[in-house]
Amino acid sequence: MSSPIIKVENVGKLYRLGEIGTGTLSHDINRWIAKIRGKEDPNSKVGESNDRSSKGNSEFVWALRNVNFEVKPGEVLGIIGRNGAGKSTLLKILSKVTQLTEGEIKINGRIASLLEVGTGFHPELTGRDNIYLNGAILGMTKKEITSKLDEIVDFSGCERYLDTPVKRYSSGMKVRLGFAVAAHLEPEILIVDEVLAVGDAEFQRKCIGKMQDVSTKDGRTVLFVSHQMGMIIQLCTSALLLDKGTVELIGDTPYVVEEYLKTNNRDASYYTASENAKGHAFFTEIKLLDSKDNAANEVLYDEGFKIRMRFICKDDNKLTKVGIALVDKFKRKVFTTHFNFEKNIDNTVEAICEVPGGIVMPGVYTLDAAIFIPNMMAYEYLNDACSISIVDNGSELNYDQGDIGCVYINCNWHQ
Amino acid sequence: MQTAQGLQDDQQKWLEIIRPKSNALDFKIKDVLRYKDLLFLLVRRDFIATYKQTILGPLWFFLQPILTTIMFALVFGRIAGIPTDGIPMILFYLSGLTLWNYFSECLNKTATVLKDNAEIFGKVYFPRIVMPLSIIVSNLIKLTIQLMLFLLIWAYYVIVGNVVHPNIAILLLPVLIIIMGGLGLGFGMIITSMTTKYRDLVFLLTFGVQLLMYATPVIYPLSNIHNHTLKLLIMANPMTSIIETFRYAFLGSGQFNILALSYSACFMLIALVVGILVFNKVEKSFMDTV
Repeated sequence: MSSPIIKVENVGKLYRLGEIGTGTLSHDINRWIAKIRGKEDPNSKVGESNDRSSKGNSEFVWALRNVNFEVKPGEVLGIIGRNGAGKSTLLKILSKVTQLTEGEIKINGRIASLLEVGTGFHPELTGRDNIYLNGAILGMTKKEITSKLDEIVDFSGCERYLDTPVKRYSSGMKVRLGFAVAAHLEPEILIVDEVLAVGDAEFQRKCIGKMQDVSTKDGRTVLFVSHQMGMIIQLCTSALLLDKGTVELIGDTPYVVEEYLKTNNRDASYYTASENAKGHAFFTEIKLLDSKDNAANEVLYDEGFKIRMRFICKDDNKLTKVGIALVDKFKRKVFTTHFNFEKNIDNTVEAICEVPGGIVMPGVYTLDAAIFIPNMMAYEYLNDACSISIVDNGSELNYDQGDIGCVYINCNWHQ
Repeated sequence: MQTAQGLQDDQQKWLEIIRPKSNALDFKIKDVLRYKDLLFLLVRRDFIATYKQTILGPLWFFLQPILTTIMFALVFGRIAGIPTDGIPMILFYLSGLTLWNYFSECLNKTATVLKDNAEIFGKVYFPRIVMPLSIIVSNLIKLTIQLMLFLLIWAYYVIVGNVVHPNIAILLLPVLIIIMGGLGLGFGMIITSMTTKYRDLVFLLTFGVQLLMYATPVIYPLSNIHNHTLKLLIMANPMTSIIETFRYAFLGSGQFNILALSYSACFMLIALVVGILVFNKVEKSFMDTV
């Protein structure tokens, strides 16, 4: 067991909600008086844990509280959690951009943080000047940058534009240049926020490759925040799950990711009809279920999913069908499927459609549902009844974020 | 790392420990030195960026003071008839303006440094003080260029003879520049630290600096003030003795008083120390309030 390179102990961060700047003077005076009288800060006492959706009573909120963990040298730690769980706050504290309210962090190495690529780029300066400026902002010396200039330029693929002002660059080129500089930093600890979400597929592959090199070849420590579970599984040796500002779980990546998806599915994706819905036939409930019949909004690529529909059909026409269509983010229909149902005596129907795993590519989809008589009429046609997020759990195509289609077909290749 | 291995955990030597509160007197000079290249690159950026895509380019360094001087000579010299101690108007106004511009630019830019750079500061850590320092250095270079212009015109009058009377006090020039830079930096850092929370100061600053110029003998000589209280008030302005000393040294007019100059120097030191302390305290948490 080697000793940790980062040790986070009881870290907490208190944020003030609402408008800052109004009434701060009176708060400051209150605080100051309390301090003089040797009492506890009256404003920090009331802090609550951070739950974005429920309305709290307090103006102050703990974005992080009682956070404890250790990172070993050479480890790639993925930090996951829902929006507002405190991931970015944690990274900001580690990179010393913002101050912590309580606790202590011990670090044994130089930290470089990539909360955003291309920080400090000046639009009027040329690519070359900006490489120097950006590098220096990230903590490199001029000499270090000069010695790596060729590598950086090569990595970015912007050689032709090196002496053109950055304002003439496309946004993709700026990102490339920014990442190229960052990728050539040589800190012991690299902190990366979702910077890989930009750029084209080829460049993303390059970035991921570089990050893997950094950890495996050079033995450096990486802290990585992402919402793309596929990337987390690919890159990280362990993962940390944050929820409402506290550490929920830390351990092996696949295990933590699975737990995260479970908790995330507490907000399952479903459709319910409004109370006064009427007509000859209409849906009362549509629910997305995972392969184990749990309500979900995210399902694993491998495992497939189920759609459970409940509806009422007063029509006795034997030709009436229920159908669903899966629609991708470009509004293309991935597939359509329908079913001749049998109804119960009280006109209610429950139908389950099982979609096998390993076919629909990872991504975000929505579901259209309809009750209809083919070639005649639709009693009800619901657009975007619920959303389905298919999460990559390590398919062979998971590097690509470009458009590679919606279905995976296991083709036979010959030579 | 190797040495740390095998040791008991709490005996391990940590390179850095992040804590909620740190010593306000810890200036992290080592840190600043490590980022000295950044300082120079920032200065370079300022210069390249300012005059990019202008036809006259760096000529603007000269045009600004020349045009202002002409305007001042017309308005204050000719129309208002304010005396200039027998010094050619152009030299009188140019000397005051060149120095004043240095101070006010240092102050104005430093006073908004945290707000202006919030985006960078919110993403990357580096010793924040590098930013204000780069502003002072940028303006120092600008001042040097503008002083050349002044010296050129001044040399003409020296050669023509008997109008200006330079003397040994010229050697005080570096001291004057240091005091001005320190004043701008110190006050700028105090103001920028407070503006992160109380934005009102921004409004105060923009016209406050303009008004302050009239409380400094830029467009009039101190000798022209006869009201005793008024004179004391103007003398309380730490910039007064600097401009007066400069005029005394180069032009032979103005009032040189070592006591007044020491007052300015003390004022500068206090402002600078307070500025650094306040800035040091605010820089760690301002991202949450800015």
